[in-house]
Formats: sequence, C-alpha cells, structure tokens
Amino acid sequence: MRVRVNAGLVAGAVLVGLVVLAALVSFVWTPHDPTLVDAAGKLRDPGDGYLLGADKFGRDTLSQLMVGARTTLYVGIVAVGIAALLGTPLGVIAGMTPYGWLSELVMRVNDLVFAFPALLLAVMLGAVYGAGTLTAMIAIGVATVPAFARVARAATLQVMVTDYILAARAAGRRGTAIAFRHVLPNIGSMLIVQASVSFAIAILAEAALSFLGFGTRPPTPSWGRMLQESQELLFSTPRLALWPGLAIALAVLGFNLLGDGLRDHLDPKLRRIRAER
Amino acid sequence: MILYLVKRLAVLVVSTAVAGVVVFGFMALLPGDPAEIALGVNATPEALEELRRQFGTDRPAAAQFADWFGGLAQGDFGTSYVTSSPIGPQVADRLGVTVTLVLGGMVIALLIAVPLGVFAAVHHRDPLGAAISAASQIGIAIPAFLAGILLVFVFAVQAQALPSGGYVPFAESPGEWLRGLLLPWLSLGLVQGAVLTRYVRSAVLDVMREDYLRTARAKGRGRMGALWRHGLRNASVPVVTVLGLQLATLLIGAVVVERVFVIPGLGDLLLNGVAGRDLLLVQGVVMVLVVAVLLINFVVDVAYAALDPRLRGAR
Repeated sequence: MRVRVNAGLVAGAVLVGLVVLAALVSFVWTPHDPTLVDAAGKLRDPGDGYLLGADKFGRDTLSQLMVGARTTLYVGIVAVGIAALLGTPLGVIAGMTPYGWLSELVMRVNDLVFAFPALLLAVMLGAVYGAGTLTAMIAIGVATVPAFARVARAATLQVMVTDYILAARAAGRRGTAIAFRHVLPNIGSMLIVQASVSFAIAILAEAALSFLGFGTRPPTPSWGRMLQESQELLFSTPRLALWPGLAIALAVLGFNLLGDGLRDHLDPKLRRIRAER
Repeated sequence: MILYLVKRLAVLVVSTAVAGVVVFGFMALLPGDPAEIALGVNATPEALEELRRQFGTDRPAAAQFADWFGGLAQGDFGTSYVTSSPIGPQVADRLGVTVTLVLGGMVIALLIAVPLGVFAAVHHRDPLGAAISAASQIGIAIPAFLAGILLVFVFAVQAQALPSGGYVPFAESPGEWLRGLLLPWLSLGLVQGAVLTRYVRSAVLDVMREDYLRTARAKGRGRMGALWRHGLRNASVPVVTVLGLQLATLLIGAVVVERVFVIPGLGDLLLNGVAGRDLLLVQGVVMVLVVAVLLINFVVDVAYAALDPRLRGAR
C-alpha cells in the first residue's frame, strides 16, 4: 500500500520537477530565441534543429514551451504566495476565536470574495489597469484567498482543542505566541497541501486568462496564448495546439498528484483509510 | 428550517449589496471620462458638460451608485455610453444562451459522474475501478477550453460531423441549435464530470462503510439494493455541495468556452464590453455573474440544510 501512495507522490514530483527544470534551463539556454520572428521558417515542420517545429511566425515551439514554463511557475508562485500570506492569518484568527465577531466577519468577507472568481477579477483589473501578467497574478491570488482561509480555519479549530494549547494557555501564553509557536507549525502540512492544489488551479486560471487575452502579453511566451494562437490553425497544423495543451495538462496533473501524495504522506490516519479502500 | 432560511436570505441580500458596492467602486476607478471617450478629443467643453449630464456622470458617486443599483433591482441595467442602447435586453438575451450552456454541461457531467462514481466506489478494489479513478485525475487536469479545442479537432476537423463553432437560435432551427451546442456542452461536461466522479466515488465509499448499510445487507439486501435504498441519500449531501460549487465553476468556464466556439453568451458580451471600453455594460455583466454565484451558494446551503437537518444550527 505504501508503494501506491508513494507512486502518486513520485509521479507528481517528477512532473513538477520537469516543469521546474524546463523553466530553469530556459534562463541559460533555449534551442532558439523563443520570440524571434522568422518569416522563412513559418509553420516549419518538426526536425532540423526545431524538435517540435515552429508556429505561424516561425518561432520555435520547444523554446516557447520552455519559457512558457517560466511564466506558468512565476504566476503560480506569486498567486499562491498572495493567497497564503493573506488567507493563512485570516483563517488562523477565525479559528482561534471561533465565536467572536472577528471570526464571523472574516468568514463573511471570505464568502464574498468567493463570489468573485479569478476570471472576473482579472477582467475587472484588466479593464482598469490594462491586462497583463501582474493583474492576472493578483486576480488569481486574491480569488484563492478564501480557499486558504478555510483550510487554515478548519485546521486551527482542530489544533485549538488539543491539550498542548490548553497547557500553553494555562502557562499564560498570549494569543500571538500561541499562534506562532503552536498553531502555525501544526497546520503547516495542511497549508503545504493546499498550496500544491492551489498551484494547479492557478495554472489552469493563467492558461484560461492568457487564452482570453487577459493574461501574459505578447511577445512573452505563455502556454495559454500559444493555445489561443493555435486555434485558427487547428485545421492545417493541429500539432501547434498539441504541445501547449499537453504542457498545461501535465503540469496541472503534476501539482494535483503532488498535493494528493503529500496529503497521504503527511497524514498517517488518512493513509490507513486509503489502505482500507 | 424557516429561521435558517430567513437568516440565510438576509446574508444573501447583504452580500449582494456589498458585491454591488465592490463592482461599482472598482469600475469607478477606471481611468477616462465616458463623455470624453464618446465625443473624442476635439469635443467642446459645453458638449462634454451636456453629455455628462445626459449620462449622469456629473453627479456624486453615491447618487450614481444608488441609481445603478436601484435600477438593477428592477432589471434596468442602464444605457450603454458607447452604443447608446439599453443594456438590460442584451444581458437577458445572452444570459439565456449562457444558462443553456451551463445546464447542458451540468447534465452531461452528472450523466458521467453518477454512474462512473458509484461504479468506481463499488468496484474500488478492481482494476476497472482504479482505472476510472486514474482517468478522472487526468480529466481534472484538462481545462474546459482545451477540451473544447480537442473536441473540435476530433469531431469538426477529423470527422467533420459537427460545426467547429457558431450558434443558431433554437427558434431558427432546433436541429442546428443542438448540433452547435453539442461540442460546447461536452467540453464543459467532460471536465466537470471528471471532477464530480471523484466526489461521488468518495461519498459512496464513505457511505459503504456505515453500519446501517451493513445492517441492510445483513437483512438480505444485495449490495446495490442496500446502496440504492439507504446509501444514496446520505451520499448525496457532500455531492450536492460540490455540485453547487461546480455550477459556479461551470458558469465561469462557460465564459471561456464561449470564446472557443464563438457563442454569443454573457462571456462574449463581457469580453466585447471590455474591448470596447463599455463601462456600464461590463459593470452589469460582472454583477449578473457575481449574483449568480451568490445565488448558487444560497441554494446549495439551503439544499444542504434540507438534506441534513443537523446542519441547520451550524451557521
């Protein structure tokens, strides 16, 4: 049973590792300049130094995919960072004072933000400040805050009824000290799992936004925009849609598997339940 | 239950009002004066003044908000600064198309998820059950618009059986309407079906371990019989919650899928509004979508309480 649990975790780690590797390598090397327009090499077939061929502007698909991985990770890291930095304290506060007005307020605001999906926020932000990677990251990050707040609150509620919190309170520790010394370390694993799952959702959101023209601006390569540009050529050159599509799906699959695997790995109780299944 | 309903309704009304303030406040930040945009750079100050009075943008923000929000409550979305046509009828027209898209996607998702999820739970130790789980994991990783592009490739490019895009109103030709919507429905439904399959599976698995189900089996009911009579209502509680959340996701997914298939729904209207800097139109469409999400959450909470009486006191 342990073998199967780890298989998901390993598969997820490998897929995520591949994306990270592609992004890192793209800083120092890509087969060609990903933004170089080459009229002569328009829609070039795979081969001849162009492993995956070229798009309608003659830009190398593989190079674009590699730099696109960078965009994907960049958006994911910033968006999940925003969500974690805002959502975790809100959730911990709500969880530590479950019957207070503050907790009620936090959860109500949470519900409200929940009604503004990333796409709508990004469109609104894009309308006001102009669409781009930054507005996309902020929109996805803010839209993900409720997910973090909910998980942090639920985990904090569980921690707050344990004996060591009672002991800390009896010893006269103040709320902030309890939050930093006892609550945060104990809900950390849940937050890591949430971060991985949120990362997958952020990748999907960024791809959709770039597809609609509300994400990364040209000429910076992005998987979502590669897909959008490939759509009109679906009848003649379908491979242009294949590669960015595959990249998005594998990256999302990787982060999802990583999140599931980490959850099983970090929570022995869950592991046993899974084993029974 | 009545008290719960009243409390939850109050929360819905307050949330809608606050959402209105947020949307309006956000759009008020938009640089540029609608009158200047409409008349261009060569307009005289008098003409600008006149148009501002016409639009009502010369009044304080609070008065503008009260007007807009009060109008919304009566279905009046105002008149576009750009096209000078009333926004309400456009939104109503497009809303119908988007709702058709979402509901069709949901039906397909349920048709996939319920049988597959129950099957995967009942046969969770068989290779086929495991294969369904793995397939659903892959389905979750594919965004709806990518599924759309793949479906177009298979059914429009390769098989040439269905149109790659476009929309024919039902009144014009029911057959063409259906042909045009099949691929968009599938794009939304397949992906949501994958998500939902996992929840149905795990809900049914949880129920299968309950004592009452063991009792039912001990009394001589078959596995499916016991599950049918005693299990499914209990398994439906978590599934209904997810269904509601998925409905909201589908609504937003529809915005993107409309772009893939060139379908004149709310998403198309919204994106055109942004491109044309039609402030009031964008404001109206965003508000409709936000209210739809709030309403869905309300219905889910109430359905949740109706299915499981223990939850009524929880909030």
